[in-house]
Amino acid sequence: MSAISREEVSHLAMLARIDLQPDELDRLAAQLDVILDAVATVTQVAGEDVPATSHPMPLTNVTRPDEPRPCLTQEEALSGAPAAEAGRFRVPRILEED
Amino acid sequence: MTGTTLPADLTRATAAGLAQALAAGDVSAVEVAQAHLDRIAAVDGTRDADGVATGRAVHAFLHVCAESALADAKAVDDARAAGQTLPALAGVPIAVKDVMATRGLPTTCGSRILQGWVPPYDATVVANIRAARMVVLGKTNMDEFAMGSSTEHSAYGPTRNPWDLDRIPGGSGGGSAASLAAFETPLATGTDTGGSIRQPASVTGTVGVKPTYGAVSRYGLVALASSLDQAGPCARTVLDTALLHQVMAGHDPMDSTSLTGEYPDVVAAARAGATGSLDGVTVGVVRELSGDGYQAGVLRRFEESLAVLTEAGAKVVEVSCPSFTVALAAYYLILPSEASSNLAKFDAMRYGLRVEPGGVAVPTAEQVMGATRAAGFGDEVKRRIILGTYALSSGYYDAYYGSAQKVRTLIQRDFAAAFGQADVLVSPTSPTTAFPLGDKLENPLAMYLQDVATIPANLAGVPGMSLPSGLADEDGLPVGLQILAPAGADDRLYRVGGALEAILTARWGGSVLDRVPDLSAALATAANGATR
Amino acid sequence: MTVTDTTEAVLAYDDVVAAYDPVLGLEVHVELNTATKMFCGCPTGFGAEPNTQVCPVCLGLPGALPVLNARGLESAIRIGLALNCEIASWCRFARKNYFYPDMPKNFQTSQYDEPIAFNGFLDVELDDGSTFRVEIERAHMEEDTGKSTHVGGATGRIHGADYSLVDYNRAGIPLIEIVTKPVEGAGERAPEIARAYVAALRDLLRALGVSDVRMEQGSLRCDANLSLRAKVPGAAPGSAEQRAVPLGTRSETKNVNSLRSVERAVRYEMTRHAARLAAGLKIVQETRHWHEDTGITTSGREKSDAEDYRYFPEPDLVPMSPDPAWVDELRGTLPEPPPQRRRRLQAEWGFADLEMRDLVNAGAVELVEATVAAGAAPAAARKWWSGELARRANADGVELAAMPVTPAQIAALQGLVDAGTLTDSLARQVLEGVLAGEGEPAEVVESRGLQVVSDDGALGAAVDRAIAENPDVADKVRSGKVAAVGALVGAVMKQMRGQADAAKVKALLTERLAPADSTTDVSTS
Repeated sequence: MSAISREEVSHLAMLARIDLQPDELDRLAAQLDVILDAVATVTQVAGEDVPATSHPMPLTNVTRPDEPRPCLTQEEALSGAPAAEAGRFRVPRILEED
Repeated sequence: MTGTTLPADLTRATAAGLAQALAAGDVSAVEVAQAHLDRIAAVDGTRDADGVATGRAVHAFLHVCAESALADAKAVDDARAAGQTLPALAGVPIAVKDVMATRGLPTTCGSRILQGWVPPYDATVVANIRAARMVVLGKTNMDEFAMGSSTEHSAYGPTRNPWDLDRIPGGSGGGSAASLAAFETPLATGTDTGGSIRQPASVTGTVGVKPTYGAVSRYGLVALASSLDQAGPCARTVLDTALLHQVMAGHDPMDSTSLTGEYPDVVAAARAGATGSLDGVTVGVVRELSGDGYQAGVLRRFEESLAVLTEAGAKVVEVSCPSFTVALAAYYLILPSEASSNLAKFDAMRYGLRVEPGGVAVPTAEQVMGATRAAGFGDEVKRRIILGTYALSSGYYDAYYGSAQKVRTLIQRDFAAAFGQADVLVSPTSPTTAFPLGDKLENPLAMYLQDVATIPANLAGVPGMSLPSGLADEDGLPVGLQILAPAGADDRLYRVGGALEAILTARWGGSVLDRVPDLSAALATAANGATR
Repeated sequence: MTVTDTTEAVLAYDDVVAAYDPVLGLEVHVELNTATKMFCGCPTGFGAEPNTQVCPVCLGLPGALPVLNARGLESAIRIGLALNCEIASWCRFARKNYFYPDMPKNFQTSQYDEPIAFNGFLDVELDDGSTFRVEIERAHMEEDTGKSTHVGGATGRIHGADYSLVDYNRAGIPLIEIVTKPVEGAGERAPEIARAYVAALRDLLRALGVSDVRMEQGSLRCDANLSLRAKVPGAAPGSAEQRAVPLGTRSETKNVNSLRSVERAVRYEMTRHAARLAAGLKIVQETRHWHEDTGITTSGREKSDAEDYRYFPEPDLVPMSPDPAWVDELRGTLPEPPPQRRRRLQAEWGFADLEMRDLVNAGAVELVEATVAAGAAPAAARKWWSGELARRANADGVELAAMPVTPAQIAALQGLVDAGTLTDSLARQVLEGVLAGEGEPAEVVESRGLQVVSDDGALGAAVDRAIAENPDVADKVRSGKVAAVGALVGAVMKQMRGQADAAKVKALLTERLAPADSTTDVSTS
């Protein structure tokens, strides 16, 4: 696997919404390089025929009945909010529509 | 007449002993709680207004809830006085890892980003503990979001190892393990994603169990890596661990991955093990989990344990699990990937820290998210989020995340083959004894290697225990033995662990923790140093 | 970030279809009408106080875990079956990772490469009675987001707002996303086909009973993708020759939330794309926002490499492997396909094509059916629902089915008309009372005193008075100008405040004003 560049780390930080400082970018790029080098062995072990395991236990079809359960109160819901107004979470302006 | 003999210092008692004495009315829950709160006040040290540890003390707790603990204890005493039948562990104190949501008590996960957050709900495990009428003393320190093997990654300062205050107590559950070794509590909860219960147990001379994945509800545990996380019990003896295991485990409809069906009787297994006989049990030694990279004193105690197991009647065989050599690599792709997604919710919108970026008049939500996550997460968390984001990103997914999930299949197959030859598998829990604080902070990879022996169990979902196998000759620090069992056979850990513990403590003439240095002396020195 | 609110150049529609072959892609999100959310037990009712239908799970609180709603899965499978899809024998949820303030976990629990249903089709009836088959790529389960209100700036729009307020009541409501394969061969009928597809899907979902399908409340939302490619001269729209031409760059128009808008938006985008292509400009792959008021789309977010959703299997939910026997059982619960049902009902009721289509477009077929079942004649039932009620619903801006009157009440009202207790105009007043919540039709008749006056004495007096007060008119009638009687009928009705049967009034007037030579019998009777 090729080395990870500072630009790539910067792009990843954007995807992960973490404003990294220039010195952090440098340090992380170097550290990730070492880590990725160490973990690259996984790419060489398993063949095409080996299925991937996403869940450690082979459970399927776990559902719950469509029956209402108690909600939080509005006060409880907003209890941790950095800011609230009119029963809603007050958040900074949103730049783009989803 | 009860036949129980409690030590004069109640904090030296086992949970089983306390439970019996409480039931018999030999001691009140308030007395027990007060003794532990006094011990915490004496050895745990203080924190500044920002919650950061000050001075040289154990610092196992991030938050101590003395008032509610005493109220809970009094309620237990009142109920008992009124003739109510109470659960077995009613009135026994417990410390809760700060990764578990506790209604009305702060829950920070050792992170700045959750400073001051008080959950409006209880984790199922916490609800089970409260239903058992146990007395919650407080919340224990941990590596931020359980990422680490030393508790040094806590935003509120490290926990120190009671065996040597300049060494790490393991991690991520270093707070819980240290609180046990410092006799601040007889029981504590932990969570284990790659060894966070077992490795701290190993380096503090305590017992810890990671149950089968799905045996204990994950509802209310702040997720690190959902497919690896498992909560479990921490204690000073195998029986105490089993007693807490039984309270924590059970099916929970709020967790889709919670196991249904019969749960094994771990308490009975621990009692059976305590007879010291392992006739008919085959123990497999995993070839790949010893040798290079393991401290000499650790290997010596391991060999000794194998001899004890043989003595107890077990047949010891060697097994090979070749894919275990890539378990660490797979783990450090799967964990960061899942963590990068699980930790996305900490964005300053609904709870926790909100930081506004400088130099912007009316910042956008996106800018506030970026600034908050930069300020609120520590280096290790950022490192793993970026790594996970990379491993999941298009173009790399198949090579990294996809391959790692395949390795997971291979590891499960290795376990299946090994358990075809042996009832349980054993290895050293951790390659080393407790290392000095700061030793591996600048070298993430070296820190990751602490978990090399514990990680395979998480990848496969099988249960594992760490229990003391003695002290290393070269440094006099505790060494842990790891026992692994097939999924669903958690009782086997207790049977084998119980036997080993019985024989070793008989040989030592007491618990390994009897040899933990006198903390008050160490702290007095520290205090003198601080005042000078 | 600049906002493009300027109107772009467009090409005349005839020129567009002469030169280009449109290819559509339609993504419909439908909110299920389950009692609880997809992954938690919070209720799903519309219009509750903000943040009162939330819990740790749908609020994304640390530690909370999802558990799948059994009814949500069942509805997804039934929708898949009704769309002639294959049902996955094994599939998982996946996390779609991106940050947005109205998404509590900053990932959406969705399905990625393993949808619950795939490879189906829906036959869509067009206005001319022909049928067009739309191929379905997939139908998958996911969860809705919260709702933001933008405060400050201009008129609550997102741009220029000072801050936003978020309500998470909607977060976690079950959604099924239904995605078509590229719709080729539509040609000039592409806008109509887009609308007809969404209408057909809406009818199907309503018949399945899985959703309220209220576009105006957002329980059915449509995104329309469109691209143009050069038309092969002489080749038919769906021909192999035309299909061989590579697809053009597409735009994805969001917020298209009425049937009419679907058609208009597709049409607009065709003309916009064509104008750009004709001018030698590139089409930008982007999302576009539809503006109902101005009938145009504006540029939204550009699709770029920066968008990387990092999908991976959701570890907190276990795989689904629906038992084939259960799937077969669900297949047995599918309703008669709406087009077939419409034809059957039309024949039973004896309606003309146009009458039936009006009912369908008004979403009134079920209402008429229920009204007929409650005893009303089909023609009368149709008259109420596509006449008076449709007019009122339209004026109030609500869906017909949301009007506060039941089919049984309409049948009862019509029964009163049939029995002669009410005239048509009185019946409309009674309806007003029922809609105002004054009770059952009979109760409103009673309380408002709206009964037809059948007391011949009172009516006779009114008639006599009208004749006395309008001698000129009376004379005209007597002299054989029969049409003039209308003015007298009006006068009587006015005196009676409408509570009289106009036909009976006319008959009485005609009797009284008959030419003298033929009055004898009547006057003495």
